[in-house]
Amino acid sequence: MKELLEFLSLANANVRYVVLGVMLLGASTAVVGSFTFLRKKALVGDAIAHSVLPGICLAFMFSQYKHPLVLLIGAFISGWLSILSIDIISKKSRIKSDTAIAIVLSVFFGIGILLLTYIQSTGNAAQAGLDSFLFGQAASLIREDVMVLGAVCFLLVLTIYFFFKEFSILSFDADYATSLGLPVRFLEVILSTLTVLAIAVGIQAVGVVLMAAMLITPAAAARYWTNNLTKMIVLAALFGAFSGLFGSYISYSAPKMPTGPWIIVCITIIAFVSLAFAPERGLFFKWKRKRSKEINTLDENVLKIFFHLGEQENNMFAARKIPALQKRRYFDEKKVLQSLKRMMRAGQIEQEDNTWKLTETGLVEAKRIARIHRLWEMYMSKFLRMPADHVHEGAESLEHFFTPSMEAMLEQDLDFPETDPHDKPIPYTVKNEF
Amino acid sequence: MSFDYQIILTGALVAASCAILGCFLILRKMAMIGDAISHAVLPGIVIAFLISGSRASVPMLLGAASFGVLTTFMIEWLSKKARMQNDAAIGLVFTFLFAVGIIMLTLFADKLDLDAHCVLHGEIAFVPLDQLIINGISFGPRKAWLLGGVFLFVVSIVIIGYRALFITTFDTAYAVSIGISAVVWHYVLMALVSLVTVVSFEAVGAVLVVAFLVVPAATAYLLTDNLLKMIFIAVTVGILSSFAGYFFAKFIDGSIPGAMSTALGFFFLLSFIFSPKYGLIGKRLAKKREVFQNT
Repeated sequence: MKELLEFLSLANANVRYVVLGVMLLGASTAVVGSFTFLRKKALVGDAIAHSVLPGICLAFMFSQYKHPLVLLIGAFISGWLSILSIDIISKKSRIKSDTAIAIVLSVFFGIGILLLTYIQSTGNAAQAGLDSFLFGQAASLIREDVMVLGAVCFLLVLTIYFFFKEFSILSFDADYATSLGLPVRFLEVILSTLTVLAIAVGIQAVGVVLMAAMLITPAAAARYWTNNLTKMIVLAALFGAFSGLFGSYISYSAPKMPTGPWIIVCITIIAFVSLAFAPERGLFFKWKRKRSKEINTLDENVLKIFFHLGEQENNMFAARKIPALQKRRYFDEKKVLQSLKRMMRAGQIEQEDNTWKLTETGLVEAKRIARIHRLWEMYMSKFLRMPADHVHEGAESLEHFFTPSMEAMLEQDLDFPETDPHDKPIPYTVKNEF
Repeated sequence: MSFDYQIILTGALVAASCAILGCFLILRKMAMIGDAISHAVLPGIVIAFLISGSRASVPMLLGAASFGVLTTFMIEWLSKKARMQNDAAIGLVFTFLFAVGIIMLTLFADKLDLDAHCVLHGEIAFVPLDQLIINGISFGPRKAWLLGGVFLFVVSIVIIGYRALFITTFDTAYAVSIGISAVVWHYVLMALVSLVTVVSFEAVGAVLVVAFLVVPAATAYLLTDNLLKMIFIAVTVGILSSFAGYFFAKFIDGSIPGAMSTALGFFFLLSFIFSPKYGLIGKRLAKKREVFQNT
């Protein structure tokens, strides 16, 4: 705890640089990655990330110096080469693009490993730490690194800001972008350049192997919360920055730990929480919505049985036992009991010992459902010319989805019929007008 | 057999098993699933090593391989149930499992005979250090025997299920109509890929195994239209790369699997440019011939 406070107070200058650098990286790669995600280029991002390794090694071999800018240029060049290679392989031969991605990823990475081990075997003292590009080592960031990173991140976000409208059209509908006369090819090149740059800076913190997740996962998580692009990007950036903060804290408290995996675990957990609990698109709320619809349907069906039995016996408020209801239509005993209790709480049903009967409000609701059912049957036989023995099934499912205004329109279109196709009376309470 | 050839043999066995499966992977457009599986088995491997010490037993390896199948389940669940786009689902799942694997590796570093570098590019050079010795007679590297067994297993499954694999690869609807389950064979293939990546792991690492899976198959794909021929060419390319890569690595004193993947890339490039039918030059010549005939 003391360690955490010490860390968060940013009293130590080194900690300040690390935290600032990694949060900046997390946020700006997430911003660029949002477009990578939307353009469904996640795996290309993975390939680029693996492919920057030979570039870094070559840059080091030529300069014999580990300046962040030099390595960045090397990474940038080989990242771009990998994009071109994927493009050429999938366009100029019959190899499909996913295979092309896998080829470029693994061969470039193999070359990178070969060069890295070669450099290590030459015993150059300056190479120490070069392999931290594999899994990321945020704690090793120094002031010089953060300056370069900061400049690049600023450039990334600024470019996105300027081309925001163009990029969003391109990401959602490239054909539309072409028809608007936008320079699609040029914009794609810019966007790819940004992706390569984001990867080249991001590997400092996350490493080449896991970099793809740093681009994609924040955006994938943010996508569950909103349908608005700007909001999505801001959220993705926040998620990215938070994971960066988390990763750099781990790096601070356990210096032997590579940062990359912790950042990725953090961001993936955010994504899992999002897909489970985000409103609207989250699985939990989807499940809840589905369940409440199921409950609603069951309750309405039980009410309808009361109405049918009442209609048969000419006694709407008769007290009935559960087996009597089940005789008319099969219900699971436990579920029907739950349903009756639920409707009792809503004031639609009353209980006497183990018998149940409709209340006034219950009757109104039961009539409504029976009415919609019969009106629909009428509609289907009148306008869709379906035979009377075919209309029940459709009405059975549609009756649960009807709003009052739809009901009113149906009544007016049919001109308030007295009976349904089976000659059963249609139970009106008050005539709906709108 | 000298250490040189023991290492080459090991590499060749990895390459051959991978090449056979790779042919089916790329024809089914599942190259990146292979990539995902090879990364995602890492936590399984670490657990296997933790439980059984440095020499992972066969049941442990099978347990580790189940992580590969789990990966494909997770990807399918994310894209179907959680409506995540497929490429993002692949990227999210394998990076997560790989990250968990690396964290476990670092946490239990003192209890494990593995390090993070082995994960990336294997330690094929150490393979001859662990010899299979029975009654005082050395029978070659233990790993090579294991890989040989897996190779024979893969070959026999592919021979037994060749027709089913062939039909489910090229025409799923037809396969289903004649009663061959596309789902079963999908998972058979995924299980085999997981098994091969797990046993190849110590030799070539989790990342470079992708090169062995995909590149020989892609090289062969540019040379023939016949699946059986494609498999044989892929295996040959894999074995050749194992030789070429070993000597190249020795020459420049670098990682052997790294050099083997580089060699694979080189063979692919040759095929991409010079393949008579589907190479750059071959296609250009064919076009010229067509123009010539038309005039």
